[in-house]
Amino acid sequence: MNRRLFLSSLALAPSLAAAAGATLIKNAKILTVTKGRVDGSLLIRDGRIAALGAEVLAPADAVTIDAGGGYLMPGIVDCHAHVGADAINEGTISVSSMVRIEDVLAPDDVQIYRGLAAGVTTSNVLHGSANTIGGQCSVVKMRWGRSAAQMVFAGARPGIKFALGENVKRAGGGTNLGAALRYPATRMGVEDVVREAFNEARAYQRQRDEYQTRVAKGERVLPPRRDWKLDPLVEVLEGKRLVHAHCYRSDEILMLLRAAEEFGFRIRTLQHGLEAYKVAKEIAKHGAGVSTFADSWSYKIEAYDAIPYNAALCLRAGVLTSLNTDAPVTQQRHLLQDAAKTLRYGQLTDDEALSLITINPARQLMIDDRVGSLEVGKDADIVLTDKHPLSLYAKVQKVFIDGEMFFNREQDARERAERAARRQALIEKLKPAAPPAQKKGAR
Amino acid sequence: MNRLMLAAALATAALVHAENFALRGVTVHPISAAEVPNAVLVVTGDRIAGFGAKFPIPKGHKIVEAKGLHVYPGMIDSASVLGLSEIGSVRETQDIEELGDFNPQLRTMIAVNPGSEHIPVSRASGITASLVVPAGGFIGGQAALMHLDGWTWEEMTVVPSAAMQMRLPSQETTVTGRAFGAGRRPYAEVRRRYEEQMQQVRLFFEQARAYQARKANPGLGFKTNLRMEAMLPVLAGKTPLMIVAPRERAIRDALAFAERERVRIVLAGVREVDPFLEQIARRKIPIVLPDLYQVPLEEDASIDDPLDLPARLAKAGIPFAFGSYNVERPRNLPFQAANAVGQGLSHEAALRALTLGAAEIWGVADRLGSLDAGKLADLILTDGDPLEPRTQIRQMWIQGKAVSLDNRHTRLYEQYRKRL
Repeated sequence: MNRRLFLSSLALAPSLAAAAGATLIKNAKILTVTKGRVDGSLLIRDGRIAALGAEVLAPADAVTIDAGGGYLMPGIVDCHAHVGADAINEGTISVSSMVRIEDVLAPDDVQIYRGLAAGVTTSNVLHGSANTIGGQCSVVKMRWGRSAAQMVFAGARPGIKFALGENVKRAGGGTNLGAALRYPATRMGVEDVVREAFNEARAYQRQRDEYQTRVAKGERVLPPRRDWKLDPLVEVLEGKRLVHAHCYRSDEILMLLRAAEEFGFRIRTLQHGLEAYKVAKEIAKHGAGVSTFADSWSYKIEAYDAIPYNAALCLRAGVLTSLNTDAPVTQQRHLLQDAAKTLRYGQLTDDEALSLITINPARQLMIDDRVGSLEVGKDADIVLTDKHPLSLYAKVQKVFIDGEMFFNREQDARERAERAARRQALIEKLKPAAPPAQKKGAR
Repeated sequence: MNRLMLAAALATAALVHAENFALRGVTVHPISAAEVPNAVLVVTGDRIAGFGAKFPIPKGHKIVEAKGLHVYPGMIDSASVLGLSEIGSVRETQDIEELGDFNPQLRTMIAVNPGSEHIPVSRASGITASLVVPAGGFIGGQAALMHLDGWTWEEMTVVPSAAMQMRLPSQETTVTGRAFGAGRRPYAEVRRRYEEQMQQVRLFFEQARAYQARKANPGLGFKTNLRMEAMLPVLAGKTPLMIVAPRERAIRDALAFAERERVRIVLAGVREVDPFLEQIARRKIPIVLPDLYQVPLEEDASIDDPLDLPARLAKAGIPFAFGSYNVERPRNLPFQAANAVGQGLSHEAALRALTLGAAEIWGVADRLGSLDAGKLADLILTDGDPLEPRTQIRQMWIQGKAVSLDNRHTRLYEQYRKRL
């Protein structure tokens, strides 16, 4: 009931500003993140940033929005979220690389709207961490009101979720005593699962290569049987699919880096990587990024050495670093303040702090040619806040994706009031039909 | 008797450690009055001697130059489990929930582990005291107000029994929790169980009153009952019941229960409180806010829920305080307050709820919560607004004693910084 009410009123939301045509946002303090601050205007044309500067010439038919002296920043990129995923753990097998988030994207998940309202415009939607090799993730733009297909970030490099540590070995015993046991039960077993999987993938890859070679020679041979589990792993070996690996402890981080190096591929990001600061040098040398929490700790043993200085230490070690939410574990509406916390913990600069939730995660996902900073030619994914976005007193006012306004705080407030009125009207209608005690419980 | 000895021990312990000092050039934010820039604040022993633009510095006081810095009273977390829990997933480190439905005799004070790593981590954000609240059953036990400094729990204790934690039987049909999965139970079934449990709760209070009457006129064979003894301050209105009531029905029940049993209550963790604001204000019932970092309750709730709740309470004239309900995140309490300011609460009201407002609710406004002369010197020295993460907390004093802001996290930071 709630969901239906909610959706009906928001279905019209994306029609606020047309993507085609031009929009001028004037009277703004523009935080580009990569190229300093510019006070002036930003012009959007055909969904892209066409110009920004103190003085910007706009076409006569451009829609003008007065930012009222507020701040513009790039749309936030969350490198690890479970928003809009109807299911996340195929928890029956340790290697479930054949399953795909794209198949279970739920565009009506209200978390998408809430994240959008907090300035998040792109999310890397991942599987859970029940399996050592979880499944294929999906980078989405938070186009609330659109279909699942329309949310997918076209052209984003495909990815795959790995996981190490307590979560993946949980099914191996311990607190689960009595349940059916599943390999692995130790961090040793986790390494073995990774190596076995890629050993298999490599053999499959050779088989496929050999087939291609023989076909090229004009031989008539049967193709090898298509393996949906190993296909994405071969893509990893070929550098076509990015590995995002959930991990906590420094030993398992190092293990994974070495296992990947053994098979000749790179880990793109260490997800959470709460002890990454202990092996930051090794991570930098391998070339992996770290996408971590701002200050979560102590909720389990492997999080007991987590420190809020992790992002700062990794950044100083030259590691490409970002902050993520793991939403709903932490919320996307807190990403701005998560970034602000690095001003205290590690004393990062404003630009460094903002880069942790914009350009850095965009680089990690290899979509930084499109999003992550306010630069001419990039997608017009833009957030307007009333105060400096790293102040906790700031509120997100408007959010644009590809130049289209997908969130507007004023409109949200208006619709919320309408929704409340409609809901009350329905409750009034129901009143005479049910006895008072029943009515209270009906919700 | 024991209580008196404890209080005496506390007073002497503090005096032994404190060093007399004066902050000079500091902006004083007394909370109880307007700020005074470029002032002197003097601490003698464990108490604030006073402050002012030209407040005289007595002999033998160490001078701390604090030009450009700000001094505030230490902040109070009005609902945490600090010292009762160390690692979330490890059962052996949890001392929050006892077995059984009625445990008023349990005291969190004696189970607070002074060596918990969470205590110095929380201090680093400017928190100097916390109400440590138990849970479990309908009456979870006595919540103690603890200083976040001390070699032992005795030294940490400010008020051994500041509130009696309670949760009334639930009428919620929604079942959540990992073990059971999410789902709904039929209302009729929930209602039947609820009526039975409410009957038990009423019976327990009746028994307590009967005990109270018997004790007033002890006949032959009167035996002390520890469980009932613990209820006497509640029945006498000395100790408030801290009733955790998130939903509308739970809040309605709590309000009705307090009226029927004629007990003093503090409402905690409230979410759907709007229908009762007028009544709560009229009855002067204080509120401990819910953890404001929870998700909105319903799909169609405001995107700002519950961050926008404090502003509405303030507008209704209801006294409130902030609580983390947690061990991992008390350090984010000032940030919760800042978020509430972003949603329309005045900055002044936010700071007050973290300090003097909390002290008033827990009956210690004569000792804590503001920088008035004669109060315990629980102070934080900052380089700016203590609610903003951009600000650094520079120094802290608890009962006039300088307390280290180092903790597990700063230690690991310093240790591994050397490896870069």
